[in-house]
Amino acid sequence: MQTFLGVPAPLLFGQLLIGLINGSFYALLSLGLAVIFGVLNIINFAHGAFYMVGAFAGWMLLNYLGIGYWPALILAPLIVGAIGIVIERSLLSRLYDLDHLYGLLLTFGLAMIIEGVFINFYGVSGQPYAPPQALSGGYNLGFMFLPAYRGWVVVASLLVCFGTWLLVERTQLGAYLRAAVENRELVRAFGVNVPLMMTLTYGFAVALAGFAGILAGPVYTVSPVMGQNMIIVVFAIVVIGGMGSILGSIVTGIGIGLVEGLTRTFWPEASSTAVFVIMAIVLIIRPHGLFGRPRE
Amino acid sequence: MSEAVVHSTPKPNRRAVGWILAAIGLAILLVAPFLGIYPIFLMKLMCFALFAAAFNLMLGYVGLLSFGHAAFFGMSAYVAGHAVKVWGVGTILGIAGGTLAAAIMGVVFGAIAIRQRGIYFAMITLALAQMVYFFCLQAPFTHGEDGIQGIPRGSVFGLVNLHDPLAMYYFVAAIFLAGYLIIYRTVNSPFGEALKGIRENEPRMISLGYPVARIKVAAFTISAALTGLAGATKAIVFQTATLTDVHWHMSGEVVLMTLIGGMGTVFGPVVGAGVIIALQNYLATIGSWVTVVMGTIFVVCVLTFRRGIVGELQSRLKLFG
Repeated sequence: MQTFLGVPAPLLFGQLLIGLINGSFYALLSLGLAVIFGVLNIINFAHGAFYMVGAFAGWMLLNYLGIGYWPALILAPLIVGAIGIVIERSLLSRLYDLDHLYGLLLTFGLAMIIEGVFINFYGVSGQPYAPPQALSGGYNLGFMFLPAYRGWVVVASLLVCFGTWLLVERTQLGAYLRAAVENRELVRAFGVNVPLMMTLTYGFAVALAGFAGILAGPVYTVSPVMGQNMIIVVFAIVVIGGMGSILGSIVTGIGIGLVEGLTRTFWPEASSTAVFVIMAIVLIIRPHGLFGRPRE
Repeated sequence: MSEAVVHSTPKPNRRAVGWILAAIGLAILLVAPFLGIYPIFLMKLMCFALFAAAFNLMLGYVGLLSFGHAAFFGMSAYVAGHAVKVWGVGTILGIAGGTLAAAIMGVVFGAIAIRQRGIYFAMITLALAQMVYFFCLQAPFTHGEDGIQGIPRGSVFGLVNLHDPLAMYYFVAAIFLAGYLIIYRTVNSPFGEALKGIRENEPRMISLGYPVARIKVAAFTISAALTGLAGATKAIVFQTATLTDVHWHMSGEVVLMTLIGGMGTVFGPVVGAGVIIALQNYLATIGSWVTVVMGTIFVVCVLTFRRGIVGELQSRLKLFG
């Protein structure tokens, strides 16, 4: 059997694949956080809860309404996005003139409510959600076995991440968004409906979290606590990448996933801590993150 | 977060009111065990009130929201528990050890996190605390999911047997008072004024020549050490140290206590801790719906009640007084 630094190659590549998949979810989630932070100036603590709601939306559509994976892949993010829009209009929009910390605290409370309700109805153990028939098999790549669904997860998230990056960096709408980050009043003076833009941005970003959730359903089990475990890592990734940097969040998300995979191969106990150690090192060397600009 | 704070120099009559309130508080503290309230509840309340007050030192007076204070609280509980149970050191030494461990962590975390402000600071402290959580999950001496159980309460210098609930109560009350006095002195000192100055206008303090970074790390260390004092004491009271104490939910809980009581006020954290601990006690029957209730309180506080109970009272009194 081939070995690599004393580790069997299939094990190493297997862990790297898991890392890449986790990294895809990290990228989708930290991307959404970066967009929300950039435009609304809010740390969305409820992002993990929306990810969980996305997974549950897929599960519920299947189990209560018999709607399969492919329609749910569109419907679940739409549902989550709609919930996000209601929350932004009714709650978050009241906080924009206050210290940013209140946004964090409000969304923290929201996360407690959403997760608490789901825990009360479904317990903390997970619900199984099977991958669609078309993606149930796998491919033998010679050096490792690649389950088809996991390959799809990586491709789908990369496409969505790239699409979002294009939207923000290369379109007129994105230009407004970036301008609003710099100077909200000026953009408003140009006749752009800034509050509407902020509402849609929040809706879109939490829909990204919902999309990550339904993608994750068949990989992990669908559980009310799946978002809690994810969100802190994603926060660390956002800090490492540099707050508000779109590209930084994508690259760092995938990179951290891979680093976790490598750590799990060579030093399993340290794998869940690796990201925080990296964050501490990055902060000491580059306080504004790898891709961020120095502030103030 | 400065809007919650009252900025008046204490007038003589105001100071007298303060002394009277303090005397009433002390009297309640001394007679509380005879009022028929469950002593464990009172001790838990004091531990969390000290925790919240120590946390408020950063949020209320420096304007920095730490979302990782559970790391100091829980780690200190583990250190104290391990020292007392396995090494067999005395109770006082165990608590001192836990406090020292928290203080050392405070210096390190402070030095890393202090370079950022506002939400960045919150996220970094949260992530650093998570590092501690995973350490506690895997380190052998914490016993993972089981935690440290059956920590002996021991005695104070072999004189006072802490297995007597009343003795334990006054022991915790003494620690609580000592911790509170340290916080009170810190806030009402030139150092405390410098902290408020940093909260109001950091660039101004820098240009005035204050070593702002060092002051912030010092404040963070004091806050972490007192949080550790609370955590170690809680470990002795409940005779356990578990992962709950280091989990970030605990960090969130202490934020909620401070927010509901009134950040930047001296008595706010005590009131907030009282409300939350009482809610948890009396709502225990509704199971995990407690989380939903807490979350709702959080949201309502942020939307309508940002000054907290004590902050609201203070501003009303000032309005009519």
